[in-house]
Amino acid sequence: MSSPEQWAQPDQGAESAATAGQPSPDQVIAGLRATTEGGADLIQLLTPEGERVESPIFDPYVADVDDASLRELYRDMVIVRRADREANAMQRQGQLGIWVPLLGQEAAQIGSGRAMRPKDMAFPSYREHGVGYARGVDFKELLGIFRCSDQGQWDFAKHRFHPYTIVIGNQVLNACGYAMGQKFEGKVGNPEADGGDENEATICYFGDGATSQGDVHEGFVWAAVYDAPLVFFCQNNQWAISEPTERQSRLPLYQRARGYGFPGMRVDGNDVLGCLAVTRWALDACRNGNGPVLIEAFTYRMDAHTTTDDPTRYRLSDELEAWKLKDPIERVRAYLTRNGGADADYFAEVDNAADEFAAELRDFCFNMPDPPPERIFSNVYADPSPVVDAQREEFLSYLDGFATAGGER
Amino acid sequence: MAAPAKSANSATVNHPEAPSSVQNLTIGKALNLGLRKAMEEDDKVILLGEDIGKLGGVFRITDGLQKDFGEQRVLDTPLAESGIVGTAIGLAVRGFRPVCEIQFEGFIFPGFDQINSQLAKLHYRTQGEVKVPVVIRVPYGGGIGAVEHHSESPESLFAHLAGLKVVSCANPVDAYWMIQQAIKSDDPILFFEPKKLYHSGALKAPVDTAATPEPLHKSRVIKQGTAATLVGYGPSIKVCLDAATAASSEGTELEVIDLRTLSPLDLAPVFESVRRTGRLIAVSEAQSESSITSEIVARVQQECFYSLEAPVLRVTGFDTPYPPAKLEEHYLPDLDRVLHAVDRTLDW
Repeated sequence: MSSPEQWAQPDQGAESAATAGQPSPDQVIAGLRATTEGGADLIQLLTPEGERVESPIFDPYVADVDDASLRELYRDMVIVRRADREANAMQRQGQLGIWVPLLGQEAAQIGSGRAMRPKDMAFPSYREHGVGYARGVDFKELLGIFRCSDQGQWDFAKHRFHPYTIVIGNQVLNACGYAMGQKFEGKVGNPEADGGDENEATICYFGDGATSQGDVHEGFVWAAVYDAPLVFFCQNNQWAISEPTERQSRLPLYQRARGYGFPGMRVDGNDVLGCLAVTRWALDACRNGNGPVLIEAFTYRMDAHTTTDDPTRYRLSDELEAWKLKDPIERVRAYLTRNGGADADYFAEVDNAADEFAAELRDFCFNMPDPPPERIFSNVYADPSPVVDAQREEFLSYLDGFATAGGER
Repeated sequence: MAAPAKSANSATVNHPEAPSSVQNLTIGKALNLGLRKAMEEDDKVILLGEDIGKLGGVFRITDGLQKDFGEQRVLDTPLAESGIVGTAIGLAVRGFRPVCEIQFEGFIFPGFDQINSQLAKLHYRTQGEVKVPVVIRVPYGGGIGAVEHHSESPESLFAHLAGLKVVSCANPVDAYWMIQQAIKSDDPILFFEPKKLYHSGALKAPVDTAATPEPLHKSRVIKQGTAATLVGYGPSIKVCLDAATAASSEGTELEVIDLRTLSPLDLAPVFESVRRTGRLIAVSEAQSESSITSEIVARVQQECFYSLEAPVLRVTGFDTPYPPAKLEEHYLPDLDRVLHAVDRTLDW
């Protein structure tokens, strides 16, 4: 029986070895199956049924996560899902130009986001609203991008959460440079006794589609040869708009790390505890000077790519139904309920808090002012540009002409 | 432009009568010294590029810098131009002032995406919260008898990008100062270097390292004249000056302007000159269509309409890919083609 793990290392003795041009039917099937099953190497601490799985390697990384902490992780996920649904609805009402849903990826984003220390740096793609939330970014500050009234306006240095990057894969190289800088500044590999708590690492987010980009390949190469303290966090949500993961790779994505010479691992991306543990492990490895690390969070995009997308054209609803059984939030709720970590009152209180959060978001969004025309010309350069200045003066005086003529600007 | 040095064969030998802060340098050596100075003054300045360490760069512009500043400040990078630009951006976000070397201009295009999508736009996207003070040094231009992709002039492609600044030096004094000013600038800058002239002994000039430099984004009248104005930049400046010298011997005094900054363009000295001479010829190795020279023509006709005695002419590379180098003497603007244009504008 062929599996993705095996086609990484073809059996030399096989009589009719498949070639790159002609994969065997088994291989094709294995590739397809890999879109719903994480495989034998999947790291999981909490099953979809809410059963705790022991892991000698990763348990120490979540030893501090008691019921209270787990309740907070649950709360984070419920709130970002509620905010996500609200934003999606506001797009439908014409209040946002577009929305990029994170539905289904709450555990990957909250687990990895909460794994970071304050001094760690994150480079998101454009779906990482949950990571931003975990970094302390006000969810409201994410809306301007999608309302098209700004292009990202949170305090990047304070939150250590880089601007969203829309061109697929670009941020991987930028993150790599930042991580190289951390290393050059001596913020990596210091022993705990000598102020090792000053150590830093960087985490970079991208999707399965991005793994085909040259920038991601180059990021892998650069991080490897400079030992950059960089965690590559790939959310494999199975779909790059309409293209399934097997259109990007014949190899499970986490296995690519071996070719670059650093560890790669696949974690259940719908398991918040697993994502937290694995990301903490990886960030620690980076802070200690053993980076980089590739994490493939095996998850599922439960909604469309964006609000402009129509997934019914390219995937079966069966698949979505199968993934609903692996919901990232439900398994934590099941675990907490079963073990008495939370009761119905707690869950109701979280739901109410989430509704309140969404209402505030809604109110904020509806009242967001449009930027003034001057905004077109502002901050093109750090130093003034005579060319831009001249165009601004000319255009504003043109606009003022309407006001003078009795019209309204 | 200074006359060639008489006594100094070594770039480091001082001019006999000059103060000790004056050295007689080629463009290449002036760039090397400018980079060294910038690295001494600010330990956040780091260099990235292919073969720039032990080898000192294929043109030796970074010669000796890795030896003196170490491998963490002069990085021999993997062979990946998007990686060079992309990591430089990340380093800049971290607080460094990276200076990238692209080995030849024809190899910059794997990095074009990072230059256009991130480098040029991060400051605007974040409304100034994120600054990316990255300098990208690009040896450019032809005339070196090279194979394909080693002789091009792609500067207009970069000048077209809002958020990016583009400059080009044409003499050792500018090379020394402009590279330091570019590194100090908080804006990302493409720094185009005329590779053919790097080691030209004829262009050696005394560089006073104690002098006060002119601002980076200003063009400059480098020879005064009355009959017509020649405007160029980078490798074309030598051609313009040679043409002016030849014309002068026949009694025609041409004014020559070195643009120095291609984005933002500083055309005020050009307008002022055209209002006096009434005639303008723009010279570049880059092809003419949708180029720096097109922009000059457009703006001069707008600002100097009633002063023009003749249409603005251009002497440029042709709108073809760069030809096999056996043909480059025909492709590149030279003394004769410039003088031919001078005759045409004067006879108009």
